[in-house]
Amino acid sequence: MFAAMTNNEKTRAPKLTDRFRNLNDTGMLLTITIIVFFAMYIFAILFLGEGFRTPQTFFNLLNTNGALLITSCGLCVVMIAGGIDISVGGVVALVSMSCAVYLDYHDGSVLGSIGIAVGIGLAFGLVQGFLVAYLDIQPFIVTLAGMFFARGMITIVHDAPFNVAHEGFQTLKNTRVEIPGVGSVNKLGVFVNSYVEIGVVVAVLIVVILFFVLRWSKLGRSLYAVGGNRQSALMLGINVKRTVFLSHVICGLLAGIGGFVYFLHVGSGSASHAMGMEMNAIASAIIGGTMLTGGVGSIVGTLFGVLSLAVIQNIVSSAGLDQAWWTGITIAAMLCLFLVIQSIVMARKKKMMKK
Amino acid sequence: MSKNEGKRLDTQAMPAKRFNKQLLIPLAALAALALFNLIVDPSFFKISIGENSAGDPVLSGYLITILDYGSELAILAIGMTLVTAASGGQDISVGAGIAIAGSVILRVVCGSEGSTEMQAPLIVAFLIACVVSMLFGAFNGTLVAYFKIQPMVATLILFTAGRSIAAWINNNELPTVADPSFAYFGGFFPGVPIPSPFFIAVACMIIIALVLKFTNLGLYTQAVGINGSSSRLNGINPEFIKFLSFVILGLCVAVAGFIKVSRLSTINYSVIAKDIEMDAILAVALGGNALSGGKFNMTASILGAYVIQFLTTTLYKMDVQSSALSAYKAIVVIALVVLSTPVVRSYISKFIKMIKPKKQEEVV
Amino acid sequence: MKEKSVLELKNIHKTFPGVRALQAVDFTLREGEIHALMGENGAGKSTLIKVITGVYDKEEGEIFLKGHEGAVHIHAPQDAQNLGISTVYQEITLCPNLSVAENMYIGRTKGHIQNWRKMNAGAERILRTLDIPAKATQQLGTCSLAVQQMVAIARAVDMDCKVLILDEPTSSLDDQEVQKLFGLMRDLRAKGVGIIFVTHFLDQVYEVCDKITVLRDGKLVGEYEIKDLPRVQLVSKMLGKELDDLSDIKGDAVPYEAGADAEPVLEAEQLQSDAGIKPFDFHINKGEVNGFTGLLGSGRSECVRAIFGADRIINGTVKMKGEQVKISKPLDAMKKGVAYLPEDRKLDGIIGDLSVRENIILAAQVLKGFCKPFTKAQTYQFADEYIKLLDIKTASADTPIKSLSGGNQQKVILGRWLLTHPEYLILDEPTRGIDVGTKVDIQKLVMKLASEGMSITFISSETDEMLRTCSRLVVMRDRKVVGELTGDQLTQSGIMETIAGGDM
Repeated sequence: MFAAMTNNEKTRAPKLTDRFRNLNDTGMLLTITIIVFFAMYIFAILFLGEGFRTPQTFFNLLNTNGALLITSCGLCVVMIAGGIDISVGGVVALVSMSCAVYLDYHDGSVLGSIGIAVGIGLAFGLVQGFLVAYLDIQPFIVTLAGMFFARGMITIVHDAPFNVAHEGFQTLKNTRVEIPGVGSVNKLGVFVNSYVEIGVVVAVLIVVILFFVLRWSKLGRSLYAVGGNRQSALMLGINVKRTVFLSHVICGLLAGIGGFVYFLHVGSGSASHAMGMEMNAIASAIIGGTMLTGGVGSIVGTLFGVLSLAVIQNIVSSAGLDQAWWTGITIAAMLCLFLVIQSIVMARKKKMMKK
Repeated sequence: MSKNEGKRLDTQAMPAKRFNKQLLIPLAALAALALFNLIVDPSFFKISIGENSAGDPVLSGYLITILDYGSELAILAIGMTLVTAASGGQDISVGAGIAIAGSVILRVVCGSEGSTEMQAPLIVAFLIACVVSMLFGAFNGTLVAYFKIQPMVATLILFTAGRSIAAWINNNELPTVADPSFAYFGGFFPGVPIPSPFFIAVACMIIIALVLKFTNLGLYTQAVGINGSSSRLNGINPEFIKFLSFVILGLCVAVAGFIKVSRLSTINYSVIAKDIEMDAILAVALGGNALSGGKFNMTASILGAYVIQFLTTTLYKMDVQSSALSAYKAIVVIALVVLSTPVVRSYISKFIKMIKPKKQEEVV
Repeated sequence: MKEKSVLELKNIHKTFPGVRALQAVDFTLREGEIHALMGENGAGKSTLIKVITGVYDKEEGEIFLKGHEGAVHIHAPQDAQNLGISTVYQEITLCPNLSVAENMYIGRTKGHIQNWRKMNAGAERILRTLDIPAKATQQLGTCSLAVQQMVAIARAVDMDCKVLILDEPTSSLDDQEVQKLFGLMRDLRAKGVGIIFVTHFLDQVYEVCDKITVLRDGKLVGEYEIKDLPRVQLVSKMLGKELDDLSDIKGDAVPYEAGADAEPVLEAEQLQSDAGIKPFDFHINKGEVNGFTGLLGSGRSECVRAIFGADRIINGTVKMKGEQVKISKPLDAMKKGVAYLPEDRKLDGIIGDLSVRENIILAAQVLKGFCKPFTKAQTYQFADEYIKLLDIKTASADTPIKSLSGGNQQKVILGRWLLTHPEYLILDEPTRGIDVGTKVDIQKLVMKLASEGMSITFISSETDEMLRTCSRLVVMRDRKVVGELTGDQLTQSGIMETIAGGDM
């Protein structure tokens, strides 16, 4: 025991490192992600020319991926609690179609469509959460069925893709939030402020809220505990079922909101919307350092995961590899890389602990 | 020791009991579907002799369709069951894998010029596709077994990239085979009234039955799936067994891909075998196998595959749009899974006890 | 409710499929007493505790708690926690991915916001008072098993509890830590807390407890004052039969002596694995029983794991019967006639969902080969043979092994290795967490097998067990072999001195 004590004294370092040690698993994977993101971005600036130098390029990454960011956050929450939700892509598409039909065919209001989006998301979250948490069905199966259901429902709601003409919606869609002080000089020599869409503001708000929830709320810590060891969490007096239930409700809700943000970005309803989005969301969360086994992950990581994914897509297309298949292959290669890194890091850690 | 008599009796009774229990779920689902069709339209079960495009007399009817189109699913269910049991996860790249296998077959058969004549014997194309598919299976298997990545995530890679790779193999062209013999394997052999995919599926089933009987694949797979660490201490190589299960699934994918391209004599990279991974996983689940791995029952999985196909065909017959199909399927699947959970089951048995004369009122 | 009692259970019933785990059990815990709950494995101790803590729902019966009118309802662990019942389980029930401080406070603080600073300060204070070598902000998974168990204890003790339940908390602790725990228990007793203590170490029972309640086959045998129940009687109450031979197992077996004709079965030279042990030499003769001893974590298990090829070998040679062999994985060792019963039964031993039958035949089957499965009839024959031979209590050969009690699971694993007819059997903690009756059975079996010519290495945390069975002991400290004891040196004090680091 004496030996252990002295060992301990040695590692007693200043406060900052103390805090870093506290993050541990989460922190290590997060660091890797952030470094890779910046490395890629710098690479893009150096070798792929002008485009990447303007701040607007960066903000466009957010503009196109606002919805993905929101759904990835939802997945991050579910995955931390040890579950999975693959219905998010379907929910996003269903929300788009439902809102589109509501606005154009039923003369609805924008507020009403937001209500529909949140309602659909919550409904999915509640039902899936109930089935997973209280009936103890595997989350993969439940959300797989959820995905099937959502995709099937789209054609039942309306079977042809169409663009929304609703006026109020168009106004909201075209609203740009300018970012003071950030921007670039255009060809005419005029300084143009960078902008983001409304959806990005929503996404950033969600990221901030979730960051605080996961770090400082009891629910957040319970999510980590349940994901770390379900049985133990139960013995520690945590309401495991409620926690798992809530994780799915949060994810469903975020899929609903993400659906509306997606809708806001594309402005149309179609059965082929958000195809494979669940996979991109899972990939983002994983690249962001969330472990599918649960208990490890962070919202900041997820943010960088989404950005990394977006950057690599941009790099691929600006490198002239336009064919559709290259995007798929590069994302896959990147996912593969990160998975292998994760696995190696974890294996080494385990080995170090053994000694 | 006086209790031993009773113990021995139990020993004999138990296997039969367990057998029934595992098959109960798919059988009940099958019965429910059959009953439903019988009530709605008994003609569902009619089998008639029609003519195929080549003018040969062949059997037709919804039941034949199920046997025909359920083949790929049943073949995939075999591999998926093993993967599920050994690794405790599922391979979601089988659909993409079928696209790759199909693409490889067409590439070999049609050559690089995209000729409609056969440039190479079919058997060669098929064998090359098998090797390629097994290599992709080995890739998944390596990630899962040696890098210890969760199967769903590891196969997510090929799921995302597979169809792109398939398109890339043929330079995004869609070669078509004109030779009628190419279509035999997905349609009918001349003079045989039963669809050939069914024979291929049966052959696969016989092979896996023999393998399970004459090797310890089943025992090893289950042991590894339940407790990898203790399997290792018993001399089993858990990594290799997991790896092997993915390679076997790769082989199944190649066979299924072969049937798929033979049906169409061509390929559509983004549509071929779409959502089949979901169906294959559902088949395993419907067979009452735990998706978290461990014990499995192959018969139940295969039966599950045909039940899924039965459901699909029933929905088609009811004029459900093919893209809306999945919504109905989802409801049925959830209902089945919910009914099979212990919580609900205990409620049901309580309910049945309460109103003994009126029973079995809960409809799916 | 009687005066002074803090917890009363009346007429508790609980059934699992095929097993009546508890039948009409009454139990009373009074203020300021340490109450041992004793019984063989499968007697229902754990079930009773899980009923009290709300992990299981009882079918019948009532629970009364001091300060509550009428029976209380406990349906989940958090109910028990809120009622002032805190528990430490044998398995560590903490979350490895959270920090030490979080593990101490999660699930028992009010409000929705987590105050990290207050929590860390509180945890640091408790860690210091209990002298636990960990930091509040450290991730729990990076602590040793013993520290984790101490954290679990610290958490339970820190709760303002009326009832403290300790379910075999000592199995991963060394003597010093056990003494610390006993000190804590005595302090709490003085404050009027009622403590339920479950352990398999009889010494510990007699050291700290005031009362003993004995369960057998899910039924209450009785409640006794500690001074009225001497050790032998306690054991016979637990077993339900008179016990005469706990002390002289060696009696009927001829003590082993390494004569000139001693034939070495296995010799290891400078063997070293990647599990962090120093290179060691080892040998065992035909028919010999020897053992590794040392504190937990001293490297006992790592040594035998290296011999069996369970960890990666990085150095050294192994000779079997004078012939050099290469053992790089367990299968190599098995083929040479080595068998290994691992330390962690749940993690490394049983295949939970498989039946008793499949668990028994597994190793023999692997040895026979991938393509040569036994017939079903053969497997039943093997299973029945060993179920009978080892007196395994199971509903049938097709019962999943996980539904058996710990002792019976251990017997199944033992049967698995005996079926391979090994020449050299390694038993790593075969008696941990097992009731006295089975312990004696296993020790007797070891002596019997050795007399039939099998070489056996026996490892146990209980030194008296090892002294009873082994003729030679290898002593370890800090992952290094520090001595070897034979003959007259084989005494408690001899071992202690060597472990402590005398002049070897």
